[in-house]
Amino acid sequence: MAEKIGKLNELLALYGPAILFYGVAALVIASAAYAVWAKKIDHSAFSLMACFTGVAAIYALLGSDFLAVTQVIVYVGGIMILIVFGVLLTDRLPVEFRQVSRETMVQGMFVAVPVLVALLWAVLGTRWPSLPGPLTAPAPEGTTGGIGKMLLTDYLFPFEFASVLLLVTLVGAARLARGGRK
Amino acid sequence: MIPPALYEIGLTHYLVLSAILFALGILAMVSRRNAIGVLIGIELVLNAANLNLVAFGRFTTAGLQGPVFAIFVIMLAAAEAAIALAILLNLFERTGSVSVDEADELKG
Repeated sequence: MAEKIGKLNELLALYGPAILFYGVAALVIASAAYAVWAKKIDHSAFSLMACFTGVAAIYALLGSDFLAVTQVIVYVGGIMILIVFGVLLTDRLPVEFRQVSRETMVQGMFVAVPVLVALLWAVLGTRWPSLPGPLTAPAPEGTTGGIGKMLLTDYLFPFEFASVLLLVTLVGAARLARGGRK
Repeated sequence: MIPPALYEIGLTHYLVLSAILFALGILAMVSRRNAIGVLIGIELVLNAANLNLVAFGRFTTAGLQGPVFAIFVIMLAAAEAAIALAILLNLFERTGSVSVDEADELKG
């Protein structure tokens, strides 16, 4: 019995990360595909939410804890709300505009399939420079402290520039959304 | 037996996932006629790019530079989504639709 459990643990240690990765990757690709093909744009928006959450899980698998949390807060909490509001405020379209027509889907395939083939060819055909030796485990204290230090030293100018850009965006979006109403 | 390349998750696995996500985003951008669908495609493409940055940060000596770059991309994506939706609301008020085929007033 104990031997069996030990063997099971061994198998899990060997295949566990792979099972986790493939599960999350399947969720990401399936929800992204549904977001592309869904007939109604609101279904598409909610499927996109699942996709963003899956990408956050992938970041966590990659050991980027801070980025995973940022992804959930900004994408799932912020951009998704914006998109859902956009759908709610503009969804008075005739049905044929909501659907992906066969004609545009064929056009899309003409662009997307060569892009996919070229990318896969490049990714699979290149010997990527990689860390020497086995991959080190992510640091137990997380990446937040390191990212904070980098943002306030090496990347201080982009960081400050980003805050200015966000302010301009805030004002600009508010001004634009008010539109012609005086 | 299962070949080790399949279960030893490395840089290539993440890059392939990101390539698929990128292609799906391009497909949404080209095939959707609803402008919000195009925006959804753009978000998918940006997520694919971020995935690449983080994967390279983890598997090469780039270290934390990958995640830091990804944070800036997320920030730009948020700004871009806000502006895009403001423009869409204006377009909807003017023309009564958000179809990208009908928004051709600027065409010379």
